[in-house]
Amino acid sequence: MVESKHQWKAWLYLAPAIVLLLVFTVWPIINTVRLAFLEDYNALAATWGQTFKVGIGNFVKVVSYSNFTTCLRNTLLLTVLTVPISTLLALLIAVALNSIKPLQRFLQTIFFLPYVTNSIAIGMVFAAMFNIIGLRPSGLEADSWGIINNVIKFFGGDPINWINAQSSYAANMAVMTVYIVWNALPFKILVLLGGLQGINKQYYEAARVDGTPRRRVFTRITVPLLSPMLAYVIITGFIGGFKEYTSIVGIFGEKMGPVGAPYRLNTMVGYIYQVLPETNYGVASAAALILFAIILVVTLINMQVSKKRVHF
Amino acid sequence: MKVVLQNLTKIFPSRNKKSNEEVIAVNDFTFEIPDGKLIGLLGPSGCGKSTTLYMISGLQKPTSGKIFFGDDDVTELATENRGVGLVFQNYALYPHMTVKQNILFPLQNLKGADKLSKAEMQERAYNAAKLVQIDELMDRKPSELSGGQQQRVAIARALVKMPRVLLLDEPLSNLDARLRLQTREEIRRIQKETGITTVFVTHDQEEAMSISDMIVVMKLGVVQQIGAPQDVYDSPANLFVAKFLGTPPINVFEGKISGGRLFLGQEAVLEVGGVADQEVYVGIRPEGFVLDPNGPLTCRLNNVEVMGRDVSIVSTNPASLNPIIRSIINADNKVDATQENVRYSLKPHKLFLFNKETEERIFFEVK
Repeated sequence: MVESKHQWKAWLYLAPAIVLLLVFTVWPIINTVRLAFLEDYNALAATWGQTFKVGIGNFVKVVSYSNFTTCLRNTLLLTVLTVPISTLLALLIAVALNSIKPLQRFLQTIFFLPYVTNSIAIGMVFAAMFNIIGLRPSGLEADSWGIINNVIKFFGGDPINWINAQSSYAANMAVMTVYIVWNALPFKILVLLGGLQGINKQYYEAARVDGTPRRRVFTRITVPLLSPMLAYVIITGFIGGFKEYTSIVGIFGEKMGPVGAPYRLNTMVGYIYQVLPETNYGVASAAALILFAIILVVTLINMQVSKKRVHF
Repeated sequence: MKVVLQNLTKIFPSRNKKSNEEVIAVNDFTFEIPDGKLIGLLGPSGCGKSTTLYMISGLQKPTSGKIFFGDDDVTELATENRGVGLVFQNYALYPHMTVKQNILFPLQNLKGADKLSKAEMQERAYNAAKLVQIDELMDRKPSELSGGQQQRVAIARALVKMPRVLLLDEPLSNLDARLRLQTREEIRRIQKETGITTVFVTHDQEEAMSISDMIVVMKLGVVQQIGAPQDVYDSPANLFVAKFLGTPPINVFEGKISGGRLFLGQEAVLEVGGVADQEVYVGIRPEGFVLDPNGPLTCRLNNVEVMGRDVSIVSTNPASLNPIIRSIINADNKVDATQENVRYSLKPHKLFLFNKETEERIFFEVK
């Protein structure tokens, strides 16, 4: 404990951080809440001293907006699809990486690469890979496709319209799922690998002496001992999933959908960005608060579930 | 189940490729562990005792040599098929399972003909827990147990599958002094009750001597001596064994044999027969000194420590290789702590001679 007469010193040292936090974090949060409850807010009019009615009109607008349910559905669907897949894949890859000695560092680097590359840039690469029209050295040809369709064709399948005009919603979602999972893997692998390397090797030796089958070692020893890391990865995965936005822009551009179906893949965050210029700050703030509430509820559920299954 | 180690050798390759320094952890270890005995592998750290244990368990493969359980050659047999119970130094209890789940775990791995019904498993687990007296703690997690209790759980987990051989790696090193005494008696009792051939590793000579049927003293991968604890103590094979066993440690002097008499410095302290004239190391156990006003060995008295039953006399002598000489005398002897010198005569059977080059024991006849 700091003695009371020296406390001012502690506050002095903390001041720069506190001031920055107040200005750039605390005030914007408070302001978001304030704006969300001011109806027909207009920033320009506000500077002239105009006052606005307090009410839940902005929330009503958000919910009744025709595109809102699409955004909500896309967000939920993408999260529910990608979090389990990416967590399971990351777990398997981490366990595999942890059990090999040669090339471990090299492969670790490779798996970590997506984390340090720009997701918009990678999105464009993915878009090219899934494209229906690709370039061949000979020039443009009607039947030339991106690498994915070429692979499908190589194995005798029919090319699929993944992301271009008239593509189906299911195809779009499939592409997004692959991309988001791929993007989410490195961080999860890193956390789980770190957790695995922290597990005392003697547990495995003890299991070996007792003749424990591999599968049982995995389910009864590895997974429970890794459960704090798994919980962390899943909870942050859900939070990240609900804030999905850049990955969609990366592949489909800022119209967030294939040509002819704009905003078909819009998400909650995308919605916030979309209504910001179209209407006003109040509606965007209300949407942000709704998203916040959803994430809060999901996280609380997550933590409640993990209480029973996580062994700290 | 007797366990036979035949020319067992373990060589660890050098850590970096530049230096070709291999480490010979265990060198040509041959020993037959009799059925149903408790064997203590004893030695300072890095002597290869744990490596030997892990080779018996199968967690490490010997570089050469063979291991037999009874008449079965198990050298190439995987750990899980050897039927050994292993208690780790840090117990390695699964932290997320209760005591009961920990003990049940090995049983649930059994398959084929060995497979047990749920009721049989429960009974076996309960019996094992009862044997180590933790049947009251079955629903606790390891983190809710004391060190001694965790140790018992670890032993129960190793015993529950009725192993052919029980192996304990430094079983007492994580316990406090009082618990250590208690637990070592406990290990002895459990071993006697089950009759399972047991090998345990320790660096504490007192621990090994107190409960083992036989001890194996090792140094730098080489077995120094094998025998019953008292025999090894009473007749060490070389200077290392003499120094390693016994508390307080043996007093070592530089000595010389000349004309059938043993000299410490200028003083002829003992008549020794059958030994050629030579320079030697002389080891004298603390209890090998007898206070004698006319004794041949004169030492400068430092202080007298009264320990109740015994008196420990700390003195110095120019011929001593230890900084101090510590002798233990029955407390009935009154020692005048103010006198400058103290004179001893020596008990011949508590005095050992060692070759100065090889440090091997030189036997002599007492005259």
